[in-house]
Amino acid sequence: MLRFIFSRLLQAIPVLLVVISVTFLLIHSAPGGPFSDEKAVPPEVARALEAQYNLDQPLWQQYTSYLTDVLQGDFGPSFKYSGRTVNELIAAGLPVTAELALYAMLVALIIGISAGIFAAIRPNTMQDYIPMSAAMLGICMPSFLLGPILILVFGIQLEWLPISGWGDIPGDKILPAITLGTGYAAYIARLSRGGMLEVLSQDYIRTARAKGLSERLIIFKHALRGGLIPVIAFLGPAFAGLLGGSFVVETIFQIPGLGRFYVTSAFNRDYTMILGMTIFFAGLIIVFNLLSDLIALWLNPKLRHQARGGQQ
Amino acid sequence: MLYQKRCLKSVLILTIVGLVITQSGCGDYKSNVESGNLNGTLHWGNGTEPQSLDPHIATGVPEHHIISALMEGLIHKDGETLEPRPGVAESWDISDDGRVYTFFLRKNARWSNGDPHNAHDYVWSWWRALQPALGNLYAYMYFPIANAKAYYEGEINDFNQVGVKALNDYTLQVTLTEPIPYFLQLLDHYSTYPVHRATVEKFGTADQRGTRWTYEGNIVGNGAFQLKEWKINRRITVERNPYYWNADNVKLNQVVFYPTENVTTEERMFRAGQLHYSGIPSDKIEVYKAANDPSLRIQPYLGIYFYRLNVEQPHLKDKRVRRALGMTINRDLLVSQITKGGQIPAYAITPPGTMGYYPESDLTFDPETAKQLLAEAGYPNGEDFPTTEILYNTSEGHRKIAVALQQMWKKHLNIDVTLLNQEWKVYLDTVSNRHYEIARAGWIGDYVDPNNFLDMFLCNGGNNRTNWCNSDYDQLILEQVPKATSHQQRLALFKQAEKLLLDEMPVIPIYVYTSNNLVHPTLKNFGRNILNQANYREMYLEPEKSMEVLD
Repeated sequence: MLRFIFSRLLQAIPVLLVVISVTFLLIHSAPGGPFSDEKAVPPEVARALEAQYNLDQPLWQQYTSYLTDVLQGDFGPSFKYSGRTVNELIAAGLPVTAELALYAMLVALIIGISAGIFAAIRPNTMQDYIPMSAAMLGICMPSFLLGPILILVFGIQLEWLPISGWGDIPGDKILPAITLGTGYAAYIARLSRGGMLEVLSQDYIRTARAKGLSERLIIFKHALRGGLIPVIAFLGPAFAGLLGGSFVVETIFQIPGLGRFYVTSAFNRDYTMILGMTIFFAGLIIVFNLLSDLIALWLNPKLRHQARGGQQ
Repeated sequence: MLYQKRCLKSVLILTIVGLVITQSGCGDYKSNVESGNLNGTLHWGNGTEPQSLDPHIATGVPEHHIISALMEGLIHKDGETLEPRPGVAESWDISDDGRVYTFFLRKNARWSNGDPHNAHDYVWSWWRALQPALGNLYAYMYFPIANAKAYYEGEINDFNQVGVKALNDYTLQVTLTEPIPYFLQLLDHYSTYPVHRATVEKFGTADQRGTRWTYEGNIVGNGAFQLKEWKINRRITVERNPYYWNADNVKLNQVVFYPTENVTTEERMFRAGQLHYSGIPSDKIEVYKAANDPSLRIQPYLGIYFYRLNVEQPHLKDKRVRRALGMTINRDLLVSQITKGGQIPAYAITPPGTMGYYPESDLTFDPETAKQLLAEAGYPNGEDFPTTEILYNTSEGHRKIAVALQQMWKKHLNIDVTLLNQEWKVYLDTVSNRHYEIARAGWIGDYVDPNNFLDMFLCNGGNNRTNWCNSDYDQLILEQVPKATSHQQRLALFKQAEKLLLDEMPVIPIYVYTSNNLVHPTLKNFGRNILNQANYREMYLEPEKSMEVLD
């Protein structure tokens, strides 16, 4: 197992290096610099600013000095937010985005798994069609549409829930978590339905039925474990996706998370911020993929056996 | 296996319990506006996260709002009329030739940490603001001061030669190169605010960017409020500064600035009672108007929406073509049917009424004359006129205007126009490199004077970007205007320059901006002025009567 983890981490190094290099080249080749503005920047100011952020050096030199800093865990100063470091901005936004992602994941799991099981129990009946059509709708419904609809109904018309902020007013985390989680709930519903259907047709389930076990026991005790493996495999990338894809929800609900920084930094040409966030998210995706593989191994003896066999 | 199951189950249960506990609010909750009205806290939608609160580094409206709460200049402007009012300087003298200003500072002015605040603070702060290494984009605000430009550009190295002197602790003398009527206004621009020397130097050198002196717990200011907390991307809270010279007359206890980024979100927050003040998306203006909502404030704004023409493009070299384009824009139709935000059709670059200045313009909507001009320029009925491209930065509002102009020019001049939108920084790059034919533009005045609009189009003006250069125009603005002996003569010279500009038409004025905001009826003394400057020291909140009864 340790060897497996180690080899996966080793593979991550070239991946990260490629991510850094490509991002570095792309942002530096994009037209417009971090300090260009509608008001012309006087040449002496431009020179002073470029010297301060090493932009007056040749590109390869900027690249190597950036890489050296990153190796030491320093993502550098933000170009846009004077005096703030990228590390500091990530540290400020990460707990919020992580919390939002966690709640969204919870919403997704609860709704998704329940709907999936419900549909799989009686496939190809109305009990299947209705939740699965709803899931399709959930996948298709973008959060920039769902968010404002929820705000309009529950925030402004019914006045049940706050429509903005994070941790300021009780209840302000509910609508963002639902908005962000719904799309993933729909995926999970389809995955768990598929997984459950496959497991329910297995011999050991037939044996359980022959033994006269109750349907509830069969589904929750015997089938669910195997049926949820596709969902578990989806969790890692999904969590990374939730962390990186929360921009729209963060903007709609005025949430001080990472997503807003990521997108605005690209518009601002805040080079260090774009790079820092990209490396950070790339790292997250690698770690979550690894974690979800490890959980799948833990849950599925068949895979564990294969992994061990592969290593021999 | 049992262990694994229990483990998963307990994680799930813990998370759900956590969510329920943190989110189960008690029913008796007051909105920000309701509670703010009672405890004197103003909730202000502030656009974006400020890039800096250092007055010599910051640019932008959101920064301006916060800095104007934390700091104060020698004078400040009246909330309605923008007339200069005493700030840190309780009075001032102007010499007969209009070049020497002597400011008498208040002896009771203090920094927010209790330190005495005096004339030397200004000399040091203005020296700092003129250090090129600091990268102050507003350094030009100091250029009316004698030798300031020369010092900034490195022509002289001795700051003592710059026209700023502390005659004693409470008397500051400023000498200008020319008598400039708008000089007092500049002293209320944040770029000329003083900074607390000991604090700046505690966190770095005077000309160092990006030090932490403006952060929570560090910053010392001289304004009506002081920084209480700065939560990144969440809120900035300022509270009353007990050392402010006029603290007894400041009515608000706190102002909370929300970096909302998205105006649609901000407007929703306003509707839900989270904000006293917010922006409004242009497509919502009609809804508020139809509902006769008293929160909606539409007022003229000192800014102009215009199109730049690249006069180096072969078909745009002829001024008759440029005039023809300018004469076939039905501006009344545009503002009433497309922009719908109360904008004022513009036939000159300087907004009318700027310091009593009303530009004389012969530009009208006149398709017939335009057709003749185009024919004289060699394109009868638009024949052989090359397909021309309008460049704009990505925005639905700019796109709608460009589409309208495309149709107007097709209809009246029979010429083909294509549209190109670019992301903001790409657009800036394209325009500053002059790789365009026609480009949308906007300009917001920093101070109320025609000079702020007309000096843009000098030959070497950094913001000209049209390749247009006219020595007569330069001579008027650079040489004749500064020598004007009266306000009337000065305005007459500006009129002459602007007439020349409009005759040559390297830029097509389209409309004068309006500032459109939502202001909660409980917010009083909001002030209405063409700079849309907020005066927090004078604002106050008056709880609605029905609420007082309920409470």
